[in-house]
Amino acid sequence: MSDFKTSKNIKDKAKAAAAKQAIYGDDINIGNYEVAGDKLPYKEDPSQLDSKTKGKMLEAGIMLDDPSQRSGTYIQMDGTPVHFTAKQEGVEVMPVSQALDKYDWVSDYFWKAQAVDADKYTANVELSDNDGYFIRSLKGQKTVYPVQACLFLKKPKAVQNVHNIIIAEEDSELHIITGCATSNSNEPGLHLGVSEFFIKKNAKVTFTMIHSWNPSIAVRPRTTTIIEEGGLFLSNYLLMKPVNNLQMNPAAYCVGENATVRFNSILVAGKDTNLDIGSRVFLNSVKARTEIISRAITTGGKIVARGYIEGNAPDVKGHLECRGLILGEKGIIHAIPELKGSLAGIDLSHEAAVGKIAEEEVEYLMSRGLTRDQATAAIVRGFLRVDVEGLPPLLNAEFQKAVEASEKEVM
Amino acid sequence: MLKIKDLSVSVEGKEIIHDINLTINTGETHVLFGPNGAGKSTLLMAIMGFPKYKITKGSIHFKGKDITRLNVDERARLGIGMSFQRPPVVRGVKTRDMVAACLKNDGDSEEITKLAERADLQDFLERDINYGFSGGEIKRSELMQLMAQKPELTLMDEPESGVDLVNIALIGEMMNELLEKNCPIADRKCMGLIITHTGHILDYVNARTGYVMCDGTIGCVGDPHEMLATIREKGYNECIKCYLGRLPLHE
Repeated sequence: MSDFKTSKNIKDKAKAAAAKQAIYGDDINIGNYEVAGDKLPYKEDPSQLDSKTKGKMLEAGIMLDDPSQRSGTYIQMDGTPVHFTAKQEGVEVMPVSQALDKYDWVSDYFWKAQAVDADKYTANVELSDNDGYFIRSLKGQKTVYPVQACLFLKKPKAVQNVHNIIIAEEDSELHIITGCATSNSNEPGLHLGVSEFFIKKNAKVTFTMIHSWNPSIAVRPRTTTIIEEGGLFLSNYLLMKPVNNLQMNPAAYCVGENATVRFNSILVAGKDTNLDIGSRVFLNSVKARTEIISRAITTGGKIVARGYIEGNAPDVKGHLECRGLILGEKGIIHAIPELKGSLAGIDLSHEAAVGKIAEEEVEYLMSRGLTRDQATAAIVRGFLRVDVEGLPPLLNAEFQKAVEASEKEVM
Repeated sequence: MLKIKDLSVSVEGKEIIHDINLTINTGETHVLFGPNGAGKSTLLMAIMGFPKYKITKGSIHFKGKDITRLNVDERARLGIGMSFQRPPVVRGVKTRDMVAACLKNDGDSEEITKLAERADLQDFLERDINYGFSGGEIKRSELMQLMAQKPELTLMDEPESGVDLVNIALIGEMMNELLEKNCPIADRKCMGLIITHTGHILDYVNARTGYVMCDGTIGCVGDPHEMLATIREKGYNECIKCYLGRLPLHE
């Protein structure tokens, strides 16, 4: 499919970057993973998938037995889209391979936001057989329920190459839940996922991503978003299950007046989990706004929690909050908040804190009759509780439920 | 009954209070006066059982049980509650969660709302506990939690400090509810030990015994209203002189 969609120029760039190491994170040898070449059969009714697979998907927020509260579903196993449906008028859900056939303009969006030669992972997605979801809300259409998309690693020791395109046309509203999971409890695998978001004038996109991998999986998502005038991008990321090695640093570019971006991340790293996760926002238009909030907990793993806001236009405002909690004797959290301003009149701020649970707080709760364990659990639960401003109540409830469901991993 | 016998307490290796003896009978409220650094808060924290306040000598009995070695949560569940002077902010833990935790059956939403109305803190239930609260709001929040907890012994560390004159009446009413002021003493089950600097709270609380603490010991026991009048007129220096004059020569 990739030969079909992109120009020689892009291919050449990808080839030139095929060995280019990423700026951050451990270098993953892609050659250690097999190509997931086998095509899998299409499933007309995804609720007919086996219960173990559905259980794994449910842990990542994908509901197949009762999709009544979803406006569409996309499921990709390894390289094959095995199911896609759109249930609401004005919303399109299909594989990008099919979107390229349907619309001749879709190819214009490929590698428009994300550089193909950013590193060897983006290059590999372009140079390999890949597919991904194409989700689009038409002009003026507002979804009530989210579209759910599952990227599922089925074949052990394989690499999954994904390229997603998401477009919210003018004045539209689109909610997406992406759940990433694997069928294997401990087999290695590599997920390479490129996602390009285009949020047009006065459109709104909420994107909730839940990762539920296994302790041997390596993950390199590459996401870039472009937000036009009056647009809103609200990204929520939840990683509370073990993973071997995950590095991502999604970027959002505000290019229109009053564009707004919010990134919320909740990260938990157990023993042997290595995370390098950040968010970058470029406030390139007048009165653009952003807020980046991350909560990181280590129970023995290593977390680099990055945040970067750059203000390049008048009257922009950005705030970055990065808090880390070290539970137990081991574990590292390295918070790196960065701000860059290039003109007067901008308003950028950050706060970062890393530490263990304050004994004074535990004892305060104990003085109300809670045991030490209950008090600690209440504080950790509170730490993980991020009030996601702008998320519809249904999605917010699901997000909080996913956090609660994973709390036992932390305790 | 709370019975404290020959109690000495150290903080970080330094003895702060020495050989305290004090008894509060069921239904009684007692008041602690004393200059800054006298050891009043240390005494309350030691009764509550905070590990930083190490009991090096003596004993604490509550309801006939030796609680000297019990943990803070065990003492709380036995019926001791405390209103903190400067409680910590606990980010992410909502005021509602704290009230629910204090209610022994976890409480229902209606019960929590009623308590918030009583404390005039309806708008604070969804806020992180103590985060951005004013001095008066903290005191009302502390008392609201105690009203949910319903302790038999209430320890209060300067419940009126930072409270404006309008709100002090509300604080007084809440304290009286906690200490069952409207109940005949013989029928009361609750006791109180209150630290006060200003004495304003004596206008509301029916305290029958006062203590002046100096240098980690109780220098004087008497009627709290008379004590307050003397302190207001002559200051703590007079109390200290009086106390020093009564010390045996070998001390």
